[in-house]
Amino acid sequence: MKNRITSLFATTKKDILNVFYTAGFPALHDTVPIAEALAAAGTDIIEIGIPFSDPVADGPTIQQSNKVALDNGMNVKLLLEQVATIRRKGVNIPIILMGYLNPVMQYGVEKFIVDAAQAGVDGLILPDMPVYEYEEEYKALFEQNNLCNTFLISPTTSDERIRRIDAVTEGFIYAVAASSTTGAKSDFTSDQLAYFDKLNKMKLSNPFLIGFGISNRDTFSRAAAHGAGAIIGSAFINLLKSSTNLQADIRQFIEGIKQPSRV
Amino acid sequence: MKYAVDNRGYYGRFGGAYIPEMLYPNVEELRTRYLDILQQEDFRREFDDLLRNYVGRPTPLYHAKRLSEACNAHVYLKREDLCHTGAHKVNNTIGQILVAKHLGKQKIIAETGAGQHGVATATVCALMGMECIVYMGEVDMARQRPNVERMRILGATVVPATSGSKTLKDATNEAMRHWINNPTDTHYIIGSVVGPHPYPDMVARFQSVISEEMRKQLEEAVGNPFPDYVFACVGGGSNAAGAFYHYLNDEHVNLVAVEAAGHGIHSGESAATTALGKPGVLHGSKTLLMQTEDGQVIEPYSISAGLDYPGIGPMHAHLFDVGRVKFVSATDDEAMKAGIELGRLEGIIPAIESAHALAALKQFEFASDDVVVVNLSGRGDKDLETYIRWGKY
Repeated sequence: MKNRITSLFATTKKDILNVFYTAGFPALHDTVPIAEALAAAGTDIIEIGIPFSDPVADGPTIQQSNKVALDNGMNVKLLLEQVATIRRKGVNIPIILMGYLNPVMQYGVEKFIVDAAQAGVDGLILPDMPVYEYEEEYKALFEQNNLCNTFLISPTTSDERIRRIDAVTEGFIYAVAASSTTGAKSDFTSDQLAYFDKLNKMKLSNPFLIGFGISNRDTFSRAAAHGAGAIIGSAFINLLKSSTNLQADIRQFIEGIKQPSRV
Repeated sequence: MKYAVDNRGYYGRFGGAYIPEMLYPNVEELRTRYLDILQQEDFRREFDDLLRNYVGRPTPLYHAKRLSEACNAHVYLKREDLCHTGAHKVNNTIGQILVAKHLGKQKIIAETGAGQHGVATATVCALMGMECIVYMGEVDMARQRPNVERMRILGATVVPATSGSKTLKDATNEAMRHWINNPTDTHYIIGSVVGPHPYPDMVARFQSVISEEMRKQLEEAVGNPFPDYVFACVGGGSNAAGAFYHYLNDEHVNLVAVEAAGHGIHSGESAATTALGKPGVLHGSKTLLMQTEDGQVIEPYSISAGLDYPGIGPMHAHLFDVGRVKFVSATDDEAMKAGIELGRLEGIIPAIESAHALAALKQFEFASDDVVVVNLSGRGDKDLETYIRWGKY
């Protein structure tokens, strides 16, 4: 079977919406219905976070969701079961798991790669895994299991390193919009626009999605205009936190974001 | 050196730089430049001058005669407690602030647990006229009030870490987040031999002045630079790294690291990382880490705020792995007794961290001509309240 991520990017070049949420949040078994609602509402990629006790790259919103999920009893094994259930329920859009290395290490990195692919995962984001370690120890196994691996780049990443990351990436690159931890922000600065512009001019072999600070229809369409699409995380977590009707609220949120680009 | 970090930043299977991309340029800048900076003539001159005239080095190596009698060996105390600010921590902050200046940074951030590293950082920032922000767990701020005020008097801003368990681990997370958000003008002064490469090696080099002096002082005192034993307490492990550094290749010198066993190693309230930890990744390096089966970091416990860290530096994890350093532990109870005993026998009230190293002396049978050095990493002024609450003196 073809990888759902590479298939998506082969046919869709603009306005790809990737939505991030934390597994096991707000309640332990919300992981599956949230994925179903996202897919039904027209989300292009589902990115599910593996909760960790010390998420250093995340701002307060996602930190808090990690803590709630861990208190709920979330773990890697249960998440893989939930992903398998999401697939059984007929959700057929790309699913990415994002997680800090330590919980994955304790599960066993090799075992995790194999079991994730088996469960129906299409790609992984392990933000604290060094590029050389991926290349030397895990790249072959990712390929054997038809899994994409996504690295992050930021406005301070050198051109040389962007090229190196592009060379080992399969799928897409996650372009962090600002030198910052995750969290919803209001608008792009001229520096950020120059950075997106630079990425486009570099003619990378992989498409990129823009993330960190995307919160609504406006920021999504502006970000998406500079790349293949954008990633929404903290703003969606905030919605989940305040929602009393997940299905309806998720549909409204996603449709609100996707609407203008479709008109 | 056999036990030195390799060119990729590893000590055996531990170390490396496991960091999100947003931190990569900062850490990479430091990695490519620190060795050059440390070798520059003007850096060396300024570092040595400040250690001598500002910190008060060399610190004495004191032959503790009454303690020696009690232990039936020749016990020497390396008096890091006499450093300016009251602990060895300042050796590292002096070194790192000079590195920051060479890198053209204008602002300094740091994490602190008990407040000793925060005070040492605030001190050197005042000395250099640099802006200083120290992250400290909200819980630690409440229990280490005097150090919070010391930092504020020195002009530092103390920011409470309110996430997680609100202690050292979370203060470190917050400092890393601040660095991610302020990548160009800020240097992060990590206080121990932890964090992504090159921090463990850089901090160990700055602290290595401890064993460099010990060799000379022992040569003068007993005609031989090699003791039979060196004892040091280990939280992250910076004072132990400094005390062991110039003896690592001298395999006949027994090196003993003392971890905090809290209420007992298996009580569920302890910080004995080598006894309880498994390989994992936290704060940028692969090391031994106290964690659940699912890989969530466990909050450690010790009566000593400077030792309750869930990991140890990757260098120590490796030295444990290969058996070069013997790791033992002391409970709260044993450490408090040893601290009070040193007060009575030698007129020195040690930091509770250092009292753990003293407590471990009781676990060894020495030959009567053994030369034993204990690294007395800090003084007990900051711990008076804990001693008072403990009572029994």
